[in-house]
Amino acid sequence: MNSLLLAFLVGGAFCLIGQLIMDLTKPGITPGHILVGYISMGAILSGMGLYQPLVDFAGAGATVPLSGFGHLLTQGTITAVQQRGLLGALSGGVEAAAAGITAAIVFGYLAAVLFNPRS
Amino acid sequence: MDSLSERLKQAEIDEYNQLIKKIEPKPPVIKNCIWAFIVGGLICVFGQLIINFLMSNGWNQTDAGSGASVILIFLAALFTGLGLYDELGKYAGAGSIVPITGFANAIVASAMEFKREGYIFGVGARIFSVAGPTLVFGFTIAVFIGLLNILFTK
Repeated sequence: MNSLLLAFLVGGAFCLIGQLIMDLTKPGITPGHILVGYISMGAILSGMGLYQPLVDFAGAGATVPLSGFGHLLTQGTITAVQQRGLLGALSGGVEAAAAGITAAIVFGYLAAVLFNPRS
Repeated sequence: MDSLSERLKQAEIDEYNQLIKKIEPKPPVIKNCIWAFIVGGLICVFGQLIINFLMSNGWNQTDAGSGASVILIFLAALFTGLGLYDELGKYAGAGSIVPITGFANAIVASAMEFKREGYIFGVGARIFSVAGPTLVFGFTIAVFIGLLNILFTK
């Protein structure tokens, strides 16, 4: 039960920060910028060792926001580097995020083909 | 002469910009933030429910996390196709963008518009118009951190 409350509070806070960035900074910020910003910040914070504690604390509250995807890429890369050295730097990220990326491409493509935009 | 008309033009532009500033509605920041917090939080709760369910069925934590991402991506792609996700997005703002469902939504929404350019170079290319930059930055930073890791841990 507690894990759900923590996921709600931390995940909600991630989204609230995103909303503040969109409303209070310059108007040119698009959803695309938010996505790129979150995956980048997640990857960087993960590299500094700051993101894993948040995942341990909040579970899906930290992994479901796109910053969690950046964290996954970084952790996959670091793990692979420690096992396989230089080659791991190039293979680790995709390996860790493979299911999500493939799902996004395949389901995304199928949905875009099967449905038509309303309007 | 030229500079006079230029200055006049500039004055007009300034006046126009000031008018815009005065008239343009300020976004209702507090209301937007509450919506973003609640919707974004609930999407994460749903993700946690999936993770808890999968782990109670014997999945390890890593696989359960991936499984939850896959399910969320599938549902977001479906609801974007049905036009429901963008309806939610009107209220939820960043609450529907920041979770991984927003990533799937960006893929489908940008691709659907380009069917007239064909299924290969229309839809097939445009699924990456937002996903592309996102993955480029994610991968580049991750590889860079991996290289730093090699340099500084040995």
